[in-house]
Order: sequence, then structure tokens, then C-alpha cells
Amino acid sequence: MTTAIEVKNINKQFVLRHTRSIKEAIVWLAKGRKGDLSEKFHALHDVSLEIDQGEAVALLGFNGSGKSTLLKHISGVMVPDNGTVRTRGRVAGLIEVGAGFHHDLSGRDNVYLNGAILGMTEEQIKERFDSIVEFAEIGKFIDTEVKFYSSGMYLRLAFSVAVHTDPEVFLVDEILAVGDEPFQRKCIAKIQELAAEGKTLVVVSHDLDLVSRICDRGILLDRGNVTFDGPIEQAVATLRA
Amino acid sequence: MSVSTEELARPGVGGGLAEVFRTRFLLKLLVRKELKVRYRGSVLGLLWSYVKPGVQFIVFYIALGVFLGLENSPRNPGGLPNYAIYLFSGIVLINFFNEALGNASRSIVNNGGLIKKIYLPRELFPVASVWVSAVHFFPQLVILVGACLYAGWHPSFLQLAAALGGFAIVGLLATGLGLLFGAVNVYFRDSENFVDMLLMVATWASPVMYAWTMVADKLGEFWFTVYQFNPITVGVESFHYAFWLPTTDGSAPLPPNLLSVWMPVALLVSAGILLIGQLTFRRLEGRFAQEL
Repeated sequence: MTTAIEVKNINKQFVLRHTRSIKEAIVWLAKGRKGDLSEKFHALHDVSLEIDQGEAVALLGFNGSGKSTLLKHISGVMVPDNGTVRTRGRVAGLIEVGAGFHHDLSGRDNVYLNGAILGMTEEQIKERFDSIVEFAEIGKFIDTEVKFYSSGMYLRLAFSVAVHTDPEVFLVDEILAVGDEPFQRKCIAKIQELAAEGKTLVVVSHDLDLVSRICDRGILLDRGNVTFDGPIEQAVATLRA
Repeated sequence: MSVSTEELARPGVGGGLAEVFRTRFLLKLLVRKELKVRYRGSVLGLLWSYVKPGVQFIVFYIALGVFLGLENSPRNPGGLPNYAIYLFSGIVLINFFNEALGNASRSIVNNGGLIKKIYLPRELFPVASVWVSAVHFFPQLVILVGACLYAGWHPSFLQLAAALGGFAIVGLLATGLGLLFGAVNVYFRDSENFVDMLLMVATWASPVMYAWTMVADKLGEFWFTVYQFNPITVGVESFHYAFWLPTTDGSAPLPPNLLSVWMPVALLVSAGILLIGQLTFRRLEGRFAQEL
């Protein structure tokens, strides 16, 4: 199998800064560096994993266990303090869908803008535009400003753009919990279709039943450490225990 | 099954400004978004890009040209001929610089929501800010050219080339400083206030309102040379040379060696600052997502 994602011994510490201005920093220096200007928080602790192409992997764990941080390292938003992350092919994510949307632009403009942000070329967007609108079930509202959309419409359009980016590695972060029942089913079907096509999926979700249906491998994180890596049923059972 | 033939690569390691060039379609969309969003919900819309510099020009013209006597008139033979054009040609350039740098410095923090969630070449945001300012610069340039033609403008090819060079110098400088202060602003929000102060100084530290000869008289040769090292000074002088000088009888002296020495020097200084800005940006961008 070809490796799609390779994470080697990465560590990540966050600095919880107490100050945000030069003045406070100077006062701190003048006082002979008394007290801690910042506090450190170990978000990822020597995490290593390898994900093959075509695998559907769930990252599981409680809040604050480092799942989303790990996902951000895979997408390149964050860079590890040490260790390496390497990915093959284009990585795109449903990391908080709609991050690239602008409220004052029409749905059409947002499809182009968000598509380009997610790495699509002009031709690709043009080619897939009708399919994006159709999947999102937006219809005639495509030329309305996005701020007038219902939250469901907004989400559908954002999801639709993201699934049409056609990346090799697909990151999904806690998005499936939103949207109404029929659309949620449609999203899940789409994601399963992507998995069946041989796309690599990395899913972060608290919905354990859902991830057991989509993924076949589960990685359990606890306070920045990988505590389990194996079949999804066992991972879910371990987390529930 | 689709098996990618690409190599394993480290995500999140961008190629700097070259990467911006590769994603120019996205740059175009970001610029268009900014232009669409800027004057949303205002009655005058894009007209504000004309009204604001127009009012600024009138205020400066009356205060400096009339009250402080910089305008040449029968009662004031020592003043500058066509002072209105002299003033406006400098103002349009300095406005471009102010808007470009001011917005570029805030661009990273303002787009924090996106930078925190999706990886894209972050240099896009300062570059887009400069680009948007260039678009706003254009209508002002049209007014300037209109006024120049009314005053009997007859530029030479060299003079037009000088204006283009001056614009490039200021554009590069704004991009370089924008990358630098935009990146620093993520860590220290003092940065944007520092830039505001810098912009106020920049307006007066180049011969926008007054003539360079006044500076040369007061400062002496050494300090005037220091003064000339400011790329904005050279940019403004090149604009005077291109737009103002051909509307006069052409007797006003040019700063010595403006074209042969100072234009290349200014271009080098700007390029150097762009390089420093890019290097600083590369160093700092790794931790943008967690600091924003």
C-alpha cells in the first residue's frame, strides 16, 4: 500500500500567552523576568501514525484530546514543533465548513472564492459549478447574498463546494452533526462514496455510531497521546469503556 | 482505486511570493471580494474613492497653497507654479502607499478566521491589500491626468517611464513593509498602531506638500542624501517629474541625479525591504494558526 499520510514523532506545545503588548513584555523584562509570561500546554505528545491510501480513519477522543490539532497538522495549517508530517497528493478538508465564506457575497461568488481557497482551479470550478449547486439544492438562490441564506442552505452550499474539490486526502471535522436529517444522510452517502472510490478519509467526530459506519480504523487520542490504534469497533468500545 | 503518483510532501510549507503567483486566480477573487465588500451598503459606493482624496486635496491646497503661500501668484512670485498639480500628483501616490500598507498590516489578523482553518499561501492577504489599493489608485490617476491635460501637459516618454518606476518603487515598498508588519501584528497588536504613526510621518517625510529645494536648503548635503534614501521621496519626485514638470515652463530644478542614481537606489532599497519582509514573514507564519 502507498502511504498517504505519514506522521512521525510530532510534538506540539501551545503557548498560552498572558500578554499581548510590547509594554507588558518590557515591564516583565524590567522586573527581572519574574513570574511566567506564558504558560505551556502540550497538545500533541510524540504522535506517530501512518495512513495508507484509501483508508478511512476516525480520530476519536474526548474534548481537548488533540484530535483537531492533529488534523490541522495534516492539513498544513499548523506546523509541528518537532517531528515531521508528510502527505501525498492534495489534502482538502471540511474543517469547519464555510470558513472561507463571505456574508456579503452572493452564493455564486462564494462558490468561486471558496473553491479557489480549497485549491480548485478556475476551469475546475466552472466545470463543476452546476453539480455543486445541484448537490447543495440551492437553485435560484445562488445569486442571493449568503447572509440571507438559512443556516441549512449555507451549510449545504459549503459542504457541496468542499466535496467537489476532489482531493486525494479528505479531512472531515465534526460537520456531520449539523444539517437536517435528509441532507445529513446525503452527506454521509457522499462521504461513503468517496471512501469507496479509494479516497483517504480522516474523520473527527463525537458521533461514534456514525464513524463506525464510515471508517474501518480508529485512532484514540488522550491528552495528546495515541492510546489505541486499530479496528474501529475496538476503538469505539475502548472509548466507551 | 486512484493511486497518486505524487511524492510525500510536507504540508503547510509555502513557497512565499512565488506561490502567490501560482495561485493568482485566488488572488484575483480575493481582490474582487475586497472591492465588492469595501463600500457595501453605502449610497456613494465607489465614489468614496474620489470624494475622500478630493476633499483632502482641497483642504491641503487652501491651507498650504493659499494660506502658507506655496502657490505661485502675482503677489507671491516665490511659490511653485501649478501648485495644485504639484500637490495632487504627490498625494495620489502617498494615498496609495498609506492605504496599501495600512490594510496589508491588518490583513493577516483580519483574515485570522480563514488562516486558522485552511492552509493557503498567507502572503496572498498582504499582496491582495496592495492590489486593491492599486485599483483605488487608478481613478485618482485618471483625475490627475485630466487636470494635467487641462494645464497643458506634454510629457516625454522618459517622464512616463519615470512615473511607472516611481509607482513600482512605492508598490514594492508597501508590499515588503506590509508583509513585515502584517506578520508581526499577529504577535504584537502594537504593530498596526506603529504603522499608523509611520504613515503619518511618511506623508511629511517626502516632498508631497513642499518642494525638495526647501529641504536641501535647510538640511545641507549630507542630510539631504539621507532624505533621498527614502524610496517614497524618490517615488514622489518621479511623479512630480512626470506629471507636474511638463505642465510648467520646465524651469524648476530636478533633484540632482534623480533618474541616473536615485531611482535605481530606491528600487534596490524597496526590493531589499521586500526581501526582508518576505523572510520575516516566512519565519513567523508557522505559528500564525495558534497565535491568532
